[in-house]
Amino acid sequence: MLDDLDRRILRHMQSEPEQSIPDLADRLGMTPSRLTRRLEKLREAGILLGQRAVIDWRALGYAVEVSLRVTLDKTNPRAFDEFIAQARTIPEVLEIQTFLGQVDVRLSVIARDMAHYQTIYRRAILTLPHIADIEALMHVARIKSNESLPL
Amino acid sequence: MSDLDDIDFGLLRALSQDASQSAGALGRELGLSQPACWRRIKRLQDLGIITGRRIDLNPEKLGFGVTVFLGLKLATKGRVSLEDFERAVSAIPEVQTVEHVLGLYDYRLRVTARDIADFERVLRRRIMLLPGVGSVDANVLLSEERRPGPLGVPQKIS
Repeated sequence: MLDDLDRRILRHMQSEPEQSIPDLADRLGMTPSRLTRRLEKLREAGILLGQRAVIDWRALGYAVEVSLRVTLDKTNPRAFDEFIAQARTIPEVLEIQTFLGQVDVRLSVIARDMAHYQTIYRRAILTLPHIADIEALMHVARIKSNESLPL
Repeated sequence: MSDLDDIDFGLLRALSQDASQSAGALGRELGLSQPACWRRIKRLQDLGIITGRRIDLNPEKLGFGVTVFLGLKLATKGRVSLEDFERAVSAIPEVQTVEHVLGLYDYRLRVTARDIADFERVLRRRIMLLPGVGSVDANVLLSEERRPGPLGVPQKIS
């Protein structure tokens, strides 16, 4: 249902999300109104979900980023639900992902510095329910982060 | 950053959910005029707090049914140039994010694929052939949610 033009539009939008509709239309050799109609269709089809601003947490004073890989005690059938519900209440948790594999849940956590991280870890993370094992990866650098799909 | 107020945090919260909102519409919600709202957004950009925007697409509807996170260890640390590895891994179109980490792994990759067979192709023909790759550990993503982060914290009432 997606044609070549749709793909081209999405490719351009992924690589340069800041472009205005008239600029993008110009690049693609189409009129802005035709582009707007195409975008509307992609939205209606649930393909184009929206756009969001990217926040640099370092610039906001959050220098530490840790990826916590958690294994849950699966003998409790409510383990996933209860763990996730409580993890949502921690403001410093940016992402919650669930997996099929060795790791059950991954939390992305930010903190102002190591002391702040220690506090969050002891007070909020270690008190989350049903943790069987927890492992931390400290973030050093983001090499690629555009999350583009290879369209 | 210490001089950001509740309105700035409100703007960040709103824009990190939906960046397509106009300064006029956002301003109305936060009790600002359109120009005042625009100036604040501009300032957040100038301070490097808003670094850009991202398009959210539905991967399943575009035929990408599988997302896998790889924990990757380099085999010969010190012998391979990290820059060479990073350049090569970033050039793989299916690799969506590359993070250099400390801990059990050296790098964490987010890989998208059409299905498990396609993922196997990317893993065998692209990832495993990268210079210096040692062990690779894979976890298939089942669900994912992004939280607003500390922006959602109620501010102290002065």
